[in-house]
Amino acid sequence: MTHVLDHPVAALPQAPPKTTRKRLGVGKPIPYGRALGPLLLIGIWSVASATGALDPRILDSPWTVLQTGWDLTQSGKLPDSVPTSLRRAALGFLFGGIAGTVLAIVAGLSRVGEALIDGTVQVKRAIPSLGLIPLLILWLGIGEEFKIVVIALGVAVIMYLQTYTALTGIDSRYVELAEVVGLSRAQFIRKVVFPGALPGWFLGLRLGVTGSWLFLIVLEQINATSGIGYLMFQAQNYGQTDVIVVGLVVYGLFGFLSDAVLRLVERRALSWRRTLSG
Amino acid sequence: MATHAVRVNNLVRAFGDRNVLDGLDLTIAPGEFVALLGRSGSGKSTLLKAIAGLDYDVKGSGELNVPDEVAVAFQDSRLLPWLRVLDNVELGVKPGNGRAALAEVGLKGREKAWPSELSGGEQQRVALARCLVREPRVLLADEPFGSLDALTRIKMHDLLRELCARHRPAVLLVTHDVDEAIDLADRIVILQDGRIGLDIPAHSADRTHLLSALGIGVAA
Repeated sequence: MTHVLDHPVAALPQAPPKTTRKRLGVGKPIPYGRALGPLLLIGIWSVASATGALDPRILDSPWTVLQTGWDLTQSGKLPDSVPTSLRRAALGFLFGGIAGTVLAIVAGLSRVGEALIDGTVQVKRAIPSLGLIPLLILWLGIGEEFKIVVIALGVAVIMYLQTYTALTGIDSRYVELAEVVGLSRAQFIRKVVFPGALPGWFLGLRLGVTGSWLFLIVLEQINATSGIGYLMFQAQNYGQTDVIVVGLVVYGLFGFLSDAVLRLVERRALSWRRTLSG
Repeated sequence: MATHAVRVNNLVRAFGDRNVLDGLDLTIAPGEFVALLGRSGSGKSTLLKAIAGLDYDVKGSGELNVPDEVAVAFQDSRLLPWLRVLDNVELGVKPGNGRAALAEVGLKGREKAWPSELSGGEQQRVALARCLVREPRVLLADEPFGSLDALTRIKMHDLLRELCARHRPAVLLVTHDVDEAIDLADRIVILQDGRIGLDIPAHSADRTHLLSALGIGVAA
């Protein structure tokens, strides 16, 4: 008598084992989930404009904004304003970034530097950079220098704080290692301190670039005769909400693109970290 | 040729009012492997740091006779995460011998890896290569295998034994593991009340005896 074996049961498709635990985590992310919120908002805005629920004097419709953006580009107003604004933010960011970094290095690497600089910057930090505007107008007038100096001051403080914290926060175990392997002071700074402080420096850059846009927006709306902010300020006088929204979108693009570029550079420079974050 | 690699005379190190090391004497011969045992807080690491010359702001006195060619292995591998493996090995020395040292610890071909790409055992091998490349006359090791799993630790014991047999540095190995001490060392010393309380050859060392000297009654 022969026994015929049944087909192996395990090969049959089986229902997944029933989980008895209640899931508390939020689960898998929705694909492109981050775009949903903004899209929904634009959708509501479009519907409200189309049905007339939204008064154009409060906010123009999305298609009017797009049309205005196109018109402003065609007429040369936007192409004239963008480089002016970019130049202010870029120069302020550049000078502020250099100043903040140099001060942080001097303060972070020597006790004398720390004594002279750190306290001073902490005092400066307590005074918002925008609070210095009246004084700086008296000193520098309301020209380009004034705008660049205000942006640079703000960025310098941000860069200083991040870089100084990173430089002084080097793991003491690495300092001990440097002593054990007999590094010279210059080697210690080059191989241990600077690379160790680089993540903090990049954080400063990213916060600084965001700060430079913020200061730019404020400055261009008080005392400017050119630039994106000036365009928006004039639109305010004539009740042109479409032009204001175009200005906001341009500012938003500036901020988004500059952060994206810095992220890219950061990933290149800190490639040793990529394996940690996966 | 000197008759000793390390000589410590009447060493005192104090934290606050407490003399952690209190008139300690210890001599290690060239090529000798000494395991240092002691309860936690007994001053093992303090002694190691004193010999390594790393106790900057610690009060104390005594005579230390240590050559310049000292290498230290830490409990963590202490690799700089932003330097590739080869650069970590050659940190502070002229480049050139790092590859050979890496090959000797079994990591040939991993020169360009980042430390974070290696396993815990491999990282500790790199740390050993970093010691090796300095051709030390004295190797100070502060529980270098303490954070490794049991299997990896056995492999590392074999590697360390092999390296020591080939390069013959004097070794002072701080450990809390009695079996590790018996397994690796020529001589076992126990730190008690700030001095060397027990000093015996490893081949005559008895596990129970050592444990009771460390304050652990095995049978009781």
